[in-house]
Amino acid sequence: MSKVQITSSINGESVEFLCEPQQSLMEILREELGRMGTKEGCATGDCGACSVLVDSRLVCSCLILAVEAEGKEITTIEGIAGEDGLHPIQQQFLEHAALQCGICTPGFIVATKALLDRNPDPDEETIRYWLAGNLCRCTGYDKIIRAVQGAAKELAHQA
Amino acid sequence: MGAFAYVAPSSVAEALAVLDEHASLGKRAQVLAGGTDVLVQMRTVDTQPRTLVDIKGVAETNRVDIGATETFIGAAIPSAVLNDNAELKALFPGVIESADLIGSTQIQGRASIGGNLCNSSPAGDTIPALIASSGVCVIAARGGNREVPVEDFVSGVGTNVLEPNEFLIGIKFPNPAPGTADAYLRFIPRTEMDIAVVGAGVSVTIDENGTCTAARVAIGAVAPTVLLVTRASDALVGTQLDDTALEAAGVACTEAASPISDKRGTVEYRRKVVAVLCRRATAIARDRAKLRVRTKVR
Repeated sequence: MSKVQITSSINGESVEFLCEPQQSLMEILREELGRMGTKEGCATGDCGACSVLVDSRLVCSCLILAVEAEGKEITTIEGIAGEDGLHPIQQQFLEHAALQCGICTPGFIVATKALLDRNPDPDEETIRYWLAGNLCRCTGYDKIIRAVQGAAKELAHQA
Repeated sequence: MGAFAYVAPSSVAEALAVLDEHASLGKRAQVLAGGTDVLVQMRTVDTQPRTLVDIKGVAETNRVDIGATETFIGAAIPSAVLNDNAELKALFPGVIESADLIGSTQIQGRASIGGNLCNSSPAGDTIPALIASSGVCVIAARGGNREVPVEDFVSGVGTNVLEPNEFLIGIKFPNPAPGTADAYLRFIPRTEMDIAVVGAGVSVTIDENGTCTAARVAIGAVAPTVLLVTRASDALVGTQLDDTALEAAGVACTEAASPISDKRGTVEYRRKVVAVLCRRATAIARDRAKLRVRTKVR
């Protein structure tokens, strides 16, 4: 099968890769590029574990073809932390113990980043609706919501 | 069997040429927009190789054009982008709320009205809303575009009138006349992210006395295709859209429905709920229309 050569920006770095036309961006991120932080949950767009930003828009990387990433700017969980350490969202997830097994956590953090970039002060209902496409079978969600609220406060404080 | 391939044409002509070539050679091609149905189906129910023709690079499919008399919405625009368009939301609140009901934030980042229509599910949420607002499909075809009213586009469960060498460019709507507004409601057993058990899209026009002068009622998930219920519209026109008129429109919807029983609901349940949703959606459209009697939206 002939592979296609694609050039994307991933977490600010220009990356070239080869992919088959039907492969998802998630497969390429994990299997070709070693970005294992993006998790495979369902591979059908239901669970949000593979959430990434494509040109700042939150999407499931299982439901976008890798070939569609040509010329796009992709942000994965590996691109969230800054040079000085964890992003406040990540820090708040730790402080609120907003994770147990951790499989859903990268997706939640990427989705939270998209939310807070767009709406720095969301109310609880807004947070719950925004994150409804991210499934967590461990925490019962409350601690995740507290972590997002904590991150919003922390980011407002820093601003 | 052939292999998977991907092409991203940058013009209508180029896209048509690819589709035409595949059709004439008997090779399989499938149009791709947001992929939230196409890619899921390709990985689960039908994994056969095909050429995916990504139409997002065709400018027309990503265009919103709000003109003096008509509005055009490109087929491939993600719901999240539509929902950010305040002018469009003000013009067609029902259409935009139907698109906004589909899927999670992540799905909204990709899923399009055109894709929802071409997937042609009986339960597609945008379809009743598009029909209520008199949407017309603009279809790219060899020899020029052709136009098909949305209510005539879907031909059965998962099928539509598109030929293999055609694709949907977008949907155009007459701009709402003064006193016109639309609304869409669906019933699901949870608060969001589910497939409609029943859906109802309604557009009404009222005059300065509050009399209904035009109405369109479309119901989803209660028949093999979404239905435009003219008898429900007839029950509303000429009335004050009071409870009696809403009741009669609801009864017309129950009578028009021919649902199946499945895990989402029984025949009896769907026939009852479609009347309720018709009444409620009509009341919302009416209350919106009252605010617009003297002010043309555009």
